[in-house]
Amino acid sequence: MQQPRVVCHALEALFRARYPLTTASPPPGRRKKRASSMSTLASSTKRGTDRSSPLYLAWRRFTRSKPGVISAVVLLILYLIALFAGFLSPNNLVTQHSEAVYQPPQRVHFMREGKWVGPFVYQLEKKRDPVTFIVKYQENPTRPTAIGFFLRQGERYSFLGFKTNLHLFGVAQTEGYFFPLGTDQFGRCLFSRILVGSQVSLTVGIIGVLISFSIGILLGGISGYFGGWIDNLIQRITEVLLSIPRIPILMALSTVIPARWPSTWIYLGIIAVLAFIGWAGLARVVRGQVLALRDMDYVTAARSLGAPDLRIILWHIVPNLTSYLIVSATLALPGYIIGESALSFLGLGIKEPMASWGLLLKDAQNFQALNLYPWLLTPGILIFVSVLAYNFLGDALRDAADVRSD
Amino acid sequence: MWTFLLKRILVAIPTLLLISLLVFAVIQLQPGGFLQNMLDDPRVSPETVARIRAQYGLDQPVWEQYLGWLKNIVLHGDFGFSFLNNRSVSSLIWERLGWTVFLAVLSIVATWAIAIPLGIYTAINRHGLAANLANLIGYLGIATPDFLVALLLIALVLSTGGSNVGGLFSPQYIDAPWSWARLGDMLGHLWIPLIVIGLEGIASLMRQMRANLLDVLGQDYVRTARSKGLAERVVLWKHAVRNAINPMISLAGLSLPNLISSTIIASIVLNLPTIGPFLYQSLLDKDQYVVMALLMLSAFMLMVGNLLADLALAWADPRIRYE
Repeated sequence: MQQPRVVCHALEALFRARYPLTTASPPPGRRKKRASSMSTLASSTKRGTDRSSPLYLAWRRFTRSKPGVISAVVLLILYLIALFAGFLSPNNLVTQHSEAVYQPPQRVHFMREGKWVGPFVYQLEKKRDPVTFIVKYQENPTRPTAIGFFLRQGERYSFLGFKTNLHLFGVAQTEGYFFPLGTDQFGRCLFSRILVGSQVSLTVGIIGVLISFSIGILLGGISGYFGGWIDNLIQRITEVLLSIPRIPILMALSTVIPARWPSTWIYLGIIAVLAFIGWAGLARVVRGQVLALRDMDYVTAARSLGAPDLRIILWHIVPNLTSYLIVSATLALPGYIIGESALSFLGLGIKEPMASWGLLLKDAQNFQALNLYPWLLTPGILIFVSVLAYNFLGDALRDAADVRSD
Repeated sequence: MWTFLLKRILVAIPTLLLISLLVFAVIQLQPGGFLQNMLDDPRVSPETVARIRAQYGLDQPVWEQYLGWLKNIVLHGDFGFSFLNNRSVSSLIWERLGWTVFLAVLSIVATWAIAIPLGIYTAINRHGLAANLANLIGYLGIATPDFLVALLLIALVLSTGGSNVGGLFSPQYIDAPWSWARLGDMLGHLWIPLIVIGLEGIASLMRQMRANLLDVLGQDYVRTARSKGLAERVVLWKHAVRNAINPMISLAGLSLPNLISSTIIASIVLNLPTIGPFLYQSLLDKDQYVVMALLMLSAFMLMVGNLLADLALAWADPRIRYE
């Protein structure tokens, strides 16, 4: 991808030099866009990949958006972290350390007595405040513990079907603990729980969107294509789903999931609940688009060739909405992440021993805990970052999909 | 206008009926139930539970239960009985409805009072420091879930030594009669829920207002107004802002579901006397009539809000006629 872009810029400069008029004061704010559209025009004559293909042009428009590209990278990193969560986390998800309850994050040191000794942490020791009896942790300068890398210890976790107990970093179990982000009320490592929790928090959105989009596209397509009483019925149903505020109905639906189910089933149940609410808005928009497309010549042609209705909807009409669908999927995803975290936060979503960012924040719900153990809020940062990244990515994709924005 | 109103209300009735069906179905699908839980209590005999069941018609077929529930609402305004509180649902809801509507309306007013000027300001001064700051806060507001905003504000207040978190009043004022001191105490508590409920709305309204105004400022009639020598102040406020604000009114209707959801979440986290914690507790205890009534109520509030937004839009925009 690098080579053609260099050529592009060179050509752009050439083009501008030769045709100074084309850069003469376009309306403010659009100047940059106009100029680079020229560059794509000029470069399309060059050899190599087809640089006038709509996909390539959309890619060009996308890479021009700095927030969009950064967000894509951030999301990629987050998903990689989720994939390698077991390997990256120093401790086990559920192991409780009863002697390290509510331990604050341990600082990583590199210098000891003025000398570089590599990364190490001090073990913390408990002290009780003589007046308030609140437990305080203090670094014990006599117990430095080196941080090791590629340790094989602790319980096994499964990675892509393999069972292993290899951890990227950590402290040898015989020597002490390392809790980079502190511990919760049971002395469980918050950092490890956040990493493993990302597997739930980040996949809920994607699976949920896939399900609700399948329903939305199918029902919206049928509704717009056939019209008549089917249309009426489906529109009534979407209207009902859209006229109940999200949180109350989500809360009610999540109580339908039996509490004694295993936590993986509950996870799937929460996704189903989120998808059940999510498809309605999309079905409505797809219907509108299908209504506009169904009398186009190519649809009539397909029909006169004897193609079945469902085939026409899914293979002829829906592909025309692809870019629109991708953009709305990206913009819908934050809603799922927030929805899951809100439900789990209220104790109506993901259940222990699974973890999700919302569930981790539940521990911070108590005012006193919040005041004394502020590190319990760190999962919130990840919710914030992922939601923001999806928003920026969606905006950038929308601009990229918009042919007129060139 | 009256025919328009009548039409809207007539259209709303089948939707409300379908909503009631959905709500009822969800409650029926819940495993267990309040009476089921009562059976686990050794002090309650199975006969007592059976008698209560018979009293409220819960031993009848499902569709008869539904029709009975619906009939009582329509004919008597009776939403059923709260097993948990041992009182009628209607009286319980009335107690909390006042604060719920108060908080929601106050949040709308506060949201608009902050978002519209900010939107105008950021549209005019597009690259200033203050505008960038406002945009940043806008992004923060969109990407932070309500309950997280609440937690952060609580942490902030507690860490600065304050204690005015949770509830709407300090303990000594909860049952006190209204006085200036009580009002002041309420205001000291009120800003946290208002920010929690309103932040998302402020962020999206501000961005929308900014986009609308930028759109309008590029229109021909604004250029005409400028070229005939009107003061910039008049051009901005009478020609541009006046037209940019109209689409915001329909947006207000669309943002209502979020507002109601935020109010519920904020109330649960901050322990406010609205329907939020009530719904939460009833869901946990499977107090079925309360849950059904509250879900119906939130849908109803949404519909009323949308209707009001439509009326306001027709009032503000002379191009819209009641048809």
